[in-house]
Amino acid sequence: MNFDDTPQEAAFRAEAKAWIGANAPKQYEDELRQSSLGRVRLEGADILQVAKAWQKKKAEAGWACLHWPREYGGRGASPIERVIWQQEEGPFGKLSGVFIIGHGMCGPTMMAFAAEHHKRKYLPPLASGEKVWCQLFSEPAGGSDVAGLRTRAEKSGDDWIINGQKIWTTGAHYSDYGILLTRTDPNVPKHKGLTMFFLDMKSPGVEVRPIHQANGQSEFNEVYFTDVTIPDSQRLGNVNDGWNVSLTTLMNERMSIGAGVATGFPEIFEFCSGLMLDDGPAIEDRAVRSKLANWAVKASGLKYTSFRAISALSKGERPGPENSIGKLVAGSMIQDVATYALDLQGAAGVLSGPEAELAGKFQAMLLRAPGTRVEGGTDEIMRNIVAERVLGLPGDIRVDKDVPFNQIPTRGRA
Amino acid sequence: MNFDFSDDQKQLRDQARKFLAEKCPPKAVRAVLDGKAPYDRELWKGLAEMGFLGVAIPEQFGGAGAGHLELCVIAEEMGRALAPVPFSSTVYLAAEALLIAGSDAQKSKWLPKIASGEAIGTLALFEGTGNPSAKAVKLSANGGMLNGVKKPVADGAIADFAVVAARSGASGRESDISLFLADLKGGGVEIKELTNLDPTRGQAELAFKNCKAEPLGAAGEGWSILTQVLDRAAVLTAFEQVGGADRALEMGRDYALDRIAFGRPIGSFQAVKHMLADMYVSATLARSNCYYGAWALSTNAGELPEAAAAARISATQAFQHCAKNNIQVHGGMGFTWEFDCHMYYRRANAVALGLGSLSYWEDALIERMRKKNAA
Repeated sequence: MNFDDTPQEAAFRAEAKAWIGANAPKQYEDELRQSSLGRVRLEGADILQVAKAWQKKKAEAGWACLHWPREYGGRGASPIERVIWQQEEGPFGKLSGVFIIGHGMCGPTMMAFAAEHHKRKYLPPLASGEKVWCQLFSEPAGGSDVAGLRTRAEKSGDDWIINGQKIWTTGAHYSDYGILLTRTDPNVPKHKGLTMFFLDMKSPGVEVRPIHQANGQSEFNEVYFTDVTIPDSQRLGNVNDGWNVSLTTLMNERMSIGAGVATGFPEIFEFCSGLMLDDGPAIEDRAVRSKLANWAVKASGLKYTSFRAISALSKGERPGPENSIGKLVAGSMIQDVATYALDLQGAAGVLSGPEAELAGKFQAMLLRAPGTRVEGGTDEIMRNIVAERVLGLPGDIRVDKDVPFNQIPTRGRA
Repeated sequence: MNFDFSDDQKQLRDQARKFLAEKCPPKAVRAVLDGKAPYDRELWKGLAEMGFLGVAIPEQFGGAGAGHLELCVIAEEMGRALAPVPFSSTVYLAAEALLIAGSDAQKSKWLPKIASGEAIGTLALFEGTGNPSAKAVKLSANGGMLNGVKKPVADGAIADFAVVAARSGASGRESDISLFLADLKGGGVEIKELTNLDPTRGQAELAFKNCKAEPLGAAGEGWSILTQVLDRAAVLTAFEQVGGADRALEMGRDYALDRIAFGRPIGSFQAVKHMLADMYVSATLARSNCYYGAWALSTNAGELPEAAAAARISATQAFQHCAKNNIQVHGGMGFTWEFDCHMYYRRANAVALGLGSLSYWEDALIERMRKKNAA
């Protein structure tokens, strides 16, 4: 048992470190390091432009989408090299946020299902960050129940005509392309009538409306489709086989190992270390210590769980299912951390502007945290996944499984 | 990075699991639970023959001379099987104290006997209610004579010798505490068995009355040695707890798959599934913290105090969580004497206290992290 790199890994790490040291946008390092959930921004700079510039620089030097094949703009690197890169990229990795969906989900789906000439055309600019992609799955009528979606695609000659609405589309407002899951046959059970496409987000009839989130920000959008035309050549997979195509996409959604999920622990530990309570430093208070200790072991537990997965990758093995617990643990933890940080601030915890403790860092975290527990699979869906795929428990009884989609009830109370 | 046990160590784990499945089925645990014997002598003998008792004891002292990683994998299996033997007292506490502080003569006298199963050892630290603390040690040592009462002492009624924490000075500092080795069969100790939550591992009161004992380690070093012993034992015990947590989770999972209610397996109800998913989460976090503890223990790293506390907290939580929810999944049957669930519940809650309770280790973890940060 050790934490050492193999000689090849050490050589790769040294090369990555040297290149990052010489090329990363250092002027933003402190701000990126300080940024936390609900607050990732750069003063006086457009983070999207900074992110695109950094991605382009990486791509030109062969450090973009490391695990992708070279012909599609990647490096053909091994999974462990990708992890090492993420470790070395450190706070600059936060700039990759705008590309996560494209690189993590759209790219792999294109790679698996697009025609070769499309892959060569679309993947390199996706890898280099010149083009940003989004994923159009969730709908008002289908969040956790993605297969309940209603956006229609109807065949018209060599084209498909799209009508409907998507929601919770991350970054649709700055995306160039998207992958789109539609219903092509409402007369069969819901999983059997779906088809996947990719499309140009500038196509006529596509309208993007930012969602005004509960925390006041707008990272997500609603996207409306009115008679949008997509050529059949942009279909991914067979007609009515979109569910299987989407499984490929969702399997890639697993947050990349090694980058680590935000738990809020470093922030709350630092805060308590500096905070004075009536009868002394907060960090010496037994009640505070008990809270901190409970979070400390969750944070370290997640860290070492990812180390176990990295070890498997290093040996060329597939990581076990352990890593699937990351978001489930971190999501509710960061919410609790933020709540407690405000509790320690007493009445002043209510302040959320520049006068607040740490300029409102924990207040921003508190307001953003509910989203973390919902996006990319709710806590409940994550528990189902652990229970069914890891523990082997039976799936829920699905009353709509064999019912034609157009006969499934749409309202709970008439 | 190779943050995993080696193939040999995994093989040892499989070997231990197989051995314990055969020699320590629930029926064997029940025999001790029901008071038919103070511990499972046959199993103890078998563990010695397998070389498990001396796995981390150097060859020159009769052990296998493997290491702590090997001991960790065996500990996990002991916890999984709820082995009703004085393994933790003898191997994690007494043997480790000897390895850290014993003279050559002391090691030569006791370690071979531990490895061969001839001697049971324990640590006599607590004196009534409270967590490990130098202040709470009142038992006095004067001219090599011990006077005072220790309780609870794990496996105290069956132990042949004890490492005893005693007050040998009056400065009011930790350096007043020294350790002694007391031969419990040599007179001067009155031993009384105490009723406890988990009868598969006994607890006793040891009343020392002018009991002759020899110093273990330098005078005044007792508390510092004890702290090291407790850290090591915390990691090893955490592996037992993870083994127990995993087994409790499996029992709950299996029952949820087999039990039908409302016309379907109860494991198809989300309320039950989610409870089991949460058990998996805590068991996984604990296992990962334990691996870090194992690394720190096996390399004697400077991170051991912090790693040990984290492993201890995480594993204590996981075992308690899995053991109690295993009963919940079982419903009424889980609350019967006949089902094994309560044996895990008892062990989970008893083992949570023995080396200092959760609140003690929570405090220790943050104190250690604070010190490291300040440094």
